[in-house]
Amino acid sequence: MKKIRIGGGAGYSGDRVEPSIELIEKGNLDYIAYECLAERTIAIAQQIKMSDPSKGYDGLLEYRMERALSAAYKNKVKIITNMGAANPLGALEVVKKIAETQNLKGLKIAAVIGDDVLSHLDEYQEITVWETGEPLKSLEGTVVSANAYLGISGILKALEQGADVVITGRVSDPALYLAPLVHEFGWKMDDFEKMGKGTLVGHLLECGGQVTGGYYADPGKKDVFEPWNIGFPIAEVDEYGDATISKVEGTGGMVTEDTCKEQMIYEIHDPEHYFTPDCVADFSGVTIKAIGKDLVSIKGGSGKPKTDTYKVSIGYKDCFIGEGEMSYGGPNCVARAQLALEIVQKRLEMTAVEYDEIRFDIIGVNALFAGPVAADMADPNEVRIRVTARTKTKDQAVKVANEVETLYTNGPAGGGGATKKVSEVVSVASILVPKKEIKVDVVLKEVM
Amino acid sequence: MKLWEIAHSRTGDKGNISNISLIAYDEKDYALIKEKVTAEIVKEHFKNVVKGQVIRYELPNIGALNFVMYEALGGGVTRSLAIDKHGKCLSSSLLEIEI
Repeated sequence: MKKIRIGGGAGYSGDRVEPSIELIEKGNLDYIAYECLAERTIAIAQQIKMSDPSKGYDGLLEYRMERALSAAYKNKVKIITNMGAANPLGALEVVKKIAETQNLKGLKIAAVIGDDVLSHLDEYQEITVWETGEPLKSLEGTVVSANAYLGISGILKALEQGADVVITGRVSDPALYLAPLVHEFGWKMDDFEKMGKGTLVGHLLECGGQVTGGYYADPGKKDVFEPWNIGFPIAEVDEYGDATISKVEGTGGMVTEDTCKEQMIYEIHDPEHYFTPDCVADFSGVTIKAIGKDLVSIKGGSGKPKTDTYKVSIGYKDCFIGEGEMSYGGPNCVARAQLALEIVQKRLEMTAVEYDEIRFDIIGVNALFAGPVAADMADPNEVRIRVTARTKTKDQAVKVANEVETLYTNGPAGGGGATKKVSEVVSVASILVPKKEIKVDVVLKEVM
Repeated sequence: MKLWEIAHSRTGDKGNISNISLIAYDEKDYALIKEKVTAEIVKEHFKNVVKGQVIRYELPNIGALNFVMYEALGGGVTRSLAIDKHGKCLSSSLLEIEI
């Protein structure tokens, strides 16, 4: 029976590169996919593209492709990635240039376009925004990007045209992995059970090391073999959509029923209704069974018909965040930290700093899980205060950050290690747009 | 005992919604966590963090529960003032629950 092997080459934009090269060279792969585009990243990439129209693709594109392309060419592994970010066509030119430099003759590189709907936003002004419950026209702040989460259609078209490298902008993460399965096995796109199974495979691979022992270790309880050398995942899928998950032999990490379970449930919300552009996947009947060392069988994924809308993420300049931190240690450090926070709070009142929300934390006590500081709490060796505020303007955010720093010469005894940071916040608003209104296209070039 | 003795957990996020799994190491313990770790217990445990409702989904095939917690991330990852904007550390807090 024909089987297809797909590697998970990255779990996020900044992920390690060498495990993905190891996968290409030793994983006996047919495909490798690099998922590198977080929800907000594309808005930031769009701003970069505005200042330089040739840029706006993933910042590590050159670094990754200079290493991956020749290995993939040699081992006949096709690459699929969303590293095109806000500029898949720009990324295509960059990758083509690298391929030409490396003399990879005949390599076909494709860009999938159509996800960028910024120029159509006028038509969507009456659509309700999920986050606010108000129509898009009431959204405050300058819009910088609008991208639809496309499904597999564009990638599929590129593969049908013989592409060896497919570069997309915004597509659903699992689509990067589902598309080659549909292409290779000739699955019908309205065979939603198969779409669900392929989506499950994609979901398990899309976070890279998170299914092979990464983000898993808890010493003494959940020990992971050589966690500094985690091998990235491989899915071997048959024509029915049943799969095994494994990794390259000799690498660190591990593939067990438990690592697969953690990743399967990760971020899916309702296991019976995991919404993607290609189906509503149903993971409720999945069985996960270890069948060998670092080899786990995945069966029972399913799916229901897809909806007739795409989710469109709109990036907009929202607000500023100002933050400052300072450490205290030794006897009575919690009391000095509490006094420091009280001083900052009073100073912000006295100087009439304007903010929409503010937060006072003591790292080591209540920064992660919130809640009051117990009166009888024993002092840890050290704590760190953190004051964070959301403001409408940059100068107000700067004032918040500076006020913490002034504790050096004006605050309680023994404060040290002050840091401060001011950032502009680009937020994301989501709307649903009818699929028929969005046209997906492919541009393909060959290295001569 | 703490849940940590018999189960493990991972947190994910979407916007202002946190998603925490609870997986029994031994599927025989699934009935116990299903009985003890209700949506109400989890909502109470995270009362300082979660402002909205908590919904529990059951995955008996793999001996796991999935808690979806609304208004849990200070407005969502972009706007949150929290040091852990994604709420990634909430999974470890869940395992503190005594059963």
